Amino acid sequence: MSSEQPKGGANKNAPIPNNAAVRAADALDSRLGIYGAAKKNLRKVFPDHWSFMLGEVALYSFIVLLLTGVFLTLFFKPSMQEVVYDGSYVPLQGIHMSQAYASTLDISFDIRGGLAMRQIHHWAALIFVSSLFVHMFRIFFTGAFRKPREINWLFGFLLLVLAMVNGFTGYSLPDDLLSGTGLRIAEGVVLAIPLVGTYVQFFLFGGEFPGEDIVPRLFTIHVLLIPAIMVGLVTVHLILVFYQKHTQFPGPGKTEKNVVGLPLLPVYAAKAGGFFFIVFGITAALGGLVQINPIWSYGPYNPGQITAGSQPDWYIGFLEGSLRLMPNWEWNIWGHTFSFNVLIPSLILPGVLFTFMAMYPWIEGWITGDKREHHLLDRPRNMPVRTGLGVAWITCYGVLWVCGGNDIIATHFHMSINAITWIGRVAFFVAPVLAYLATVRICKGLQRRDRDKVLHGRETGVIKKLPHGEFIEIHEPLDPATRHTLTAHEQPKPYELEAAEDANGVARKVKRSDKLRSRMSHWYFAEPIEKPTAEEYKELTSGHGHH
Amino acid sequence: MSSQDKSEVPEEHLPEVPASAHVPAESDPFADPGLPAHEPRRTDIDEKAANRAERQVAFLFVISMLATIGFIWSYVGIDKDRIIDIFFFGKIGAQNAALGGTLGIALFCIGAGAIHWARTLMTDEEIVQERHEFTSDPETREYAIREFTQGASDSVIGRRPLIRRTMIGAMALVPLSGVVLLRDLGPLPGTKLRHTEWKPGTELINEATGLPIKPDDIVKGSLTMALPEGLVEKYGPAGQKEELSHGWLEKAGMSAVLLVRLEPKDVKSKKELAWGYEGIVAYSKICTHVGCPIGLYEQQTHHLLCPCHQSTFDLADDGKVVFGPAARSLPQLKIHVNEAGNLAASQDFAEPVGASFWERG
Repeated sequence: MSSEQPKGGANKNAPIPNNAAVRAADALDSRLGIYGAAKKNLRKVFPDHWSFMLGEVALYSFIVLLLTGVFLTLFFKPSMQEVVYDGSYVPLQGIHMSQAYASTLDISFDIRGGLAMRQIHHWAALIFVSSLFVHMFRIFFTGAFRKPREINWLFGFLLLVLAMVNGFTGYSLPDDLLSGTGLRIAEGVVLAIPLVGTYVQFFLFGGEFPGEDIVPRLFTIHVLLIPAIMVGLVTVHLILVFYQKHTQFPGPGKTEKNVVGLPLLPVYAAKAGGFFFIVFGITAALGGLVQINPIWSYGPYNPGQITAGSQPDWYIGFLEGSLRLMPNWEWNIWGHTFSFNVLIPSLILPGVLFTFMAMYPWIEGWITGDKREHHLLDRPRNMPVRTGLGVAWITCYGVLWVCGGNDIIATHFHMSINAITWIGRVAFFVAPVLAYLATVRICKGLQRRDRDKVLHGRETGVIKKLPHGEFIEIHEPLDPATRHTLTAHEQPKPYELEAAEDANGVARKVKRSDKLRSRMSHWYFAEPIEKPTAEEYKELTSGHGHH
Repeated sequence: MSSQDKSEVPEEHLPEVPASAHVPAESDPFADPGLPAHEPRRTDIDEKAANRAERQVAFLFVISMLATIGFIWSYVGIDKDRIIDIFFFGKIGAQNAALGGTLGIALFCIGAGAIHWARTLMTDEEIVQERHEFTSDPETREYAIREFTQGASDSVIGRRPLIRRTMIGAMALVPLSGVVLLRDLGPLPGTKLRHTEWKPGTELINEATGLPIKPDDIVKGSLTMALPEGLVEKYGPAGQKEELSHGWLEKAGMSAVLLVRLEPKDVKSKKELAWGYEGIVAYSKICTHVGCPIGLYEQQTHHLLCPCHQSTFDLADDGKVVFGPAARSLPQLKIHVNEAGNLAASQDFAEPVGASFWERG
């Protein structure tokens, strides 16, 4: 059907229709100049790859959060005033509780579809944060954060942090026993801040914990302040994706100067729009069928009560784990308390982990000294050190996350909680190093296999018996497209310091930062698996047949 | 952002073209063979297949419409209190399951229809567009910088330091108003974190029964939660509280204690025994780590475990930390038996309870 169309554009000879829609567009154009924007964007090309939809999942679950969140605000009462529950959930009738908790029970039991909406909202939040992480990993491992996209990496990073903060504030709103326990821990963390902690706690909670102010305050932060910032950031993030054009994987016909894919109208609009409905549909079905956060079974918050096995939402688990792993260091100096047992795991360590994440594009850019634009993605195996660092980061985070459930592990597997905690303490330092080393080795192994495939062809699985009895497997040469794809990556040379003496034998001053940079660059790029050269290939393929 | 009108990306912004790319294709085995030719799909060449795809898309959209009707019916027609047992999902509200399920189907089928449509009937011929450069050309750069410099110079801000400095001062000061306004967010901490509701003679009230506690009520191996008198009467066990309270949670959050009876010979600390009554000791229930209530007692070892972060305290040894992230022992409440034969506090805690804070010392 499209065979008569010229490649990359509409048929220029097609007549311009003159109907009501076109006349309406003309009217708009004469006021807003919409045709200029349409010319640029309607047929904008987006490359296709399954991993490019991870960011879409994040965007769509964010929209689901906004829609279901608006519904919930219509019924939720963000007040900590005490009321006597008289709704339809029998076990809690007559119990004293905050209005926030009572109205959450009403949403769950007395407003039709309310529980479904609450659960869709909660599921969408979990999916949102998960997809942000996975999307960020994709960007990281393929090097999509490199120039010119460092700023958009930072915007995405801010969205991730805001998403986690807003998840926690939302979790705290129903004022049930679990959410109050989460807030109590947050209060302990705030109190540990040197110098101002006590004051911040009293200002935040409006007095002693829990007070009657924290839920209404968190409500405004949760439904107004943070979402408004996030909507702004999402908008800028998407504008930059549009303006800078999407990256693409190397392959035949794909270069640093072009973008190959399908046009926004109609294909990408249909696929992306359709995918929104799929994400929304799946969260809706989850919300209807799979119970999440059954606040009625926890009861109202009471600072003197707790249930064993309390767990936060998954994305807060790593903080819980680091709090659990930390040894009990606390100093008293000149009448002041330094609670390192709280400060380090809940503020300093996450600060370091996430600052490294935020700054990585600039760190790598400085080490490699690469000032060029990059629009072709790296295959993770071709950047072993970067890939290794990413896997080490994930491992570090993963150890903390798993240890956030050390009590669950202990009871399920009948292990000693002390032993698990000690294993976690050691693993926090050792596992990332091992993961780094293993990843680098695997990457280099995969590079060797690519090299082998290019030079010797693909293993066909066909075994041939030669006249003298020898068995060989037939290797089939790769097609030119695959051969190109497997050899398209660069292999930069490490940054070398200039000679310590110049041509006249005069000592040159070498800056320390230069020395460091050279060392880091050697670490990044030294001992590469050289990709095959044309000479090697010809040598092997000309003349005699198989090997 | 179409590219015809933009110049190409300058070379210095792009990775070096591998030397091999300049060699004619036949001599470079790795040269880019260019975009592969478009391969038509079944629906591109077989009208019957295309018609079938059309019917499939329409079928999905019809399912979506039916699901929406089902949603409305579920909202009106299903009793909201009805519980059903669905395999794998367990016992859940029938209406909730129906609403979520039908909404899910209605949305999912729209998405599936649109994507099936895109994959079978819309073009899948790839289009190539050029990228445009981000770095401005030198003329634009010089023009912009000149215009800015002219504008800045026209403002005379460089030549009038008095204006510049006072403006910076004014701008720096004005946000202070916003900071000052936050002062009334809460009261000053004062010594509030150092005191609890316990005073000399305050009776301990069993949190579960709302009654004063006699020494005989505390049996070995059990953990009894207690609050100072004046709090429990209002609260009592679930559902029996008489009046709506104000500030109750704050007091309970500071003053909650737990009582255990220990074998006096097991207790390692003389002071601990002296602060208890015939082996009955009272400890703060609020963890010294970040303030969770501690609730897991192991009778054999006298260890008390916080369920939040597993700090473990030895109740037979001044509440010392034996494991976990908490740094300080659990504060002990000194108790005695009053004339009525009930357990009562002899004084407030000797140190602040709960999480550490900067001024704690």
